[in-house]
Amino acid sequence: MPDLDLPPIVEAFSDARDGAATGFVLAQLDASGRRGPILWVQDARAAQEGGLPYLRGLAHRDRPILRVAACNAAEALWAMEEGLQCAASSAVIGEIWGDPKALDFTATKRLALRARRSGVPLWLLRPDGVPGLSVAPERWRLRSVASEAHPFDMHAPGRALWWAERFRSRTDRPGEWVASHDRAAHRLDLAAPLRDRPVAKGDGGDAGVVRPLGRTGA
Amino acid sequence: MAAMPVSSVPWDEPEPELAPDAPVLLAAEGPHGPVIHAVSEAAAALGAARGDRVVDAQALSPDLIVRPADLAGDADALTRLAHWSRRWCPWSATDGADGLVLDTTGSAHLWGGEAAMLADMQAKLAGLGQEARIALAPTHGAAWALARYGDPRPICDDPEAALQGLPIAALRLDAETKLTLRRLGLKRIGDLMDVPRVSLGRRLSPALNRLDQALGELPEPIVAPPPPHRYRALRRLAEPILDPQPYLPELLGDLCRQLEATGHGLRALTLELYRTDGTAARFAVATAKAVRDPRHLQRLLEKRFESLDAGFGFDILAAEAGRAEPLAPAQTRLDGEADADLAFASLVDRLSARLGRRAVQVPVPRESHIPERAEAWLPALDHMQGRRADLLAPGGLGGGGMIAPKRERPIRLLSAPERIEVLYAIPEGPPVRFKWRRRPYRIARHQGPERLAPEWWHDRATARLRDYYKVEVTDGGRYWLFREGVLGDGRGGTPDWFLHGLFA
Repeated sequence: MPDLDLPPIVEAFSDARDGAATGFVLAQLDASGRRGPILWVQDARAAQEGGLPYLRGLAHRDRPILRVAACNAAEALWAMEEGLQCAASSAVIGEIWGDPKALDFTATKRLALRARRSGVPLWLLRPDGVPGLSVAPERWRLRSVASEAHPFDMHAPGRALWWAERFRSRTDRPGEWVASHDRAAHRLDLAAPLRDRPVAKGDGGDAGVVRPLGRTGA
Repeated sequence: MAAMPVSSVPWDEPEPELAPDAPVLLAAEGPHGPVIHAVSEAAAALGAARGDRVVDAQALSPDLIVRPADLAGDADALTRLAHWSRRWCPWSATDGADGLVLDTTGSAHLWGGEAAMLADMQAKLAGLGQEARIALAPTHGAAWALARYGDPRPICDDPEAALQGLPIAALRLDAETKLTLRRLGLKRIGDLMDVPRVSLGRRLSPALNRLDQALGELPEPIVAPPPPHRYRALRRLAEPILDPQPYLPELLGDLCRQLEATGHGLRALTLELYRTDGTAARFAVATAKAVRDPRHLQRLLEKRFESLDAGFGFDILAAEAGRAEPLAPAQTRLDGEADADLAFASLVDRLSARLGRRAVQVPVPRESHIPERAEAWLPALDHMQGRRADLLAPGGLGGGGMIAPKRERPIRLLSAPERIEVLYAIPEGPPVRFKWRRRPYRIARHQGPERLAPEWWHDRATARLRDYYKVEVTDGGRYWLFREGVLGDGRGGTPDWFLHGLFA
């Protein structure tokens, strides 16, 4: 049965030199509470620019990872479709660098249909990508911002914070948040950013209304 | 009977980075440390000999390249060679760790006489890259002795005369009996033959038994193990066909029924399509777990039919199972859901069949504290089997190296550390400004250093230590930098800086 809390496709855009999108997506996956192996599809350029997932640094201690090293975007898309048909996996993470021709509207439509049928969520990481046409119901733009203060060391970076901009959503309003991942509680926190600009129309009471993604709390 | 000692590493191809004339030796574990198991010609020229200790040989010449010997693999290859040698006669078996014994009684005339058969053996083994010493004698013992200690003339009709001059060691004796014989002054087999039996019978019964076997007084039959069961399905067609796919369910179903009858599943499948003009197309696929589901197997083969040249059509289809493994019949779960492990394994098969086995990988933890060595991405087809899926997860690492697992590690690791250009640095601590991939960064906060020493047990002596820092740059990115070496450690000049990973 498809999990209604989770949109089947989420696209996340970021700079390839930034771990923000990876961290954000893994935090969402952690918060979703789904069990089972993760299929992680990377095309060659994404692996070259952003490196490989490093198991010791990942928070997902109970989900095994299967990595597919595709040599181009078309192969990566095929592997994602194949992975989305297997309901045993907890999620498919697809990583495609830039804006290849193969990743067009039709390709996202195919992915969406398969994801909806099996209920396996797909996170599409788009390092150095430009948002084009897509059926993804939720699209995010992510970058790292200065982290929280470290509890014991004032010179050290603390818990990671990301600037998360949801610039398209089928169910909710677009918005901007500062996101962080609470590893112990398996929770992704979204907080309204501090605004340092003139009051605009629409600001006010609902500025901090955020629909938490996934399940909140452990 | 013919006995042939085969050179020590059957069918082992040299590793690609080794030159064919490199001084390589293979080491096996001995009671007091590693012992030389085999040497290459160049290593023998440098003074290494079989049975010596590895440290002694290395002290003589430090250029020797030491590799671990694969004894189980050698035994396996020798067994395969024994089955292969049944081309000459129906009875063959392995003989010790480096020999084969063939009972050629009644087979030699098929090859045009004994001498022609031995020449054929020599040529065929040379074609496999094996140097062999072959001897033919009426008994197993005599053939064994002549192959190892005899003169170049390989065919012997009279074992008593042939063995007369050979050393005592040619009788297949244990070390203790050999020592006793040497102390008695019996150095050649002829000496032992001359001694009156009654007086020595009790002390030397093993030696006398061996002598009797070699002379044919005592029987010594060869036990030829049966070849492994072959699972093969064959379909001959009345008319040549262009598209073999409609015939596959029946063919694969037949193969899977054979496997089911013996409780096995296959890990590799070979499909051979014979064309009417005499050529054949051959496809091979592998699976992550033992399977015997014809529909799954057909899906794995699907891609191969996209670029199949049918010519005038195929008239024989053959499917053969490789690497059969025991597979118990599976029971459907009570809640009716498909087995998740099995579903995931079949996903691995499909991905590997299409993208190649190296493209589908699982992380395998290694015993190392150097970050890039601590885990390796290896083909899932080989490394999924036999481990529960959750062992692949980081929780199963159990420390692995010397690093406490609580140390913070980046979420992504670059495949090779990338050199960064330091624009402004202070002597202790990380650089203040640096340039990575032609973009400047300024460090706002940092944590570290965490010092990782080189692994002296397999690094070069000039490997430098690494000081790792987690840094945060002004626009928010968090990176893992390290400095290779410290100034004045005597292992190079000014230390370089590298970027190794990305934090979330």
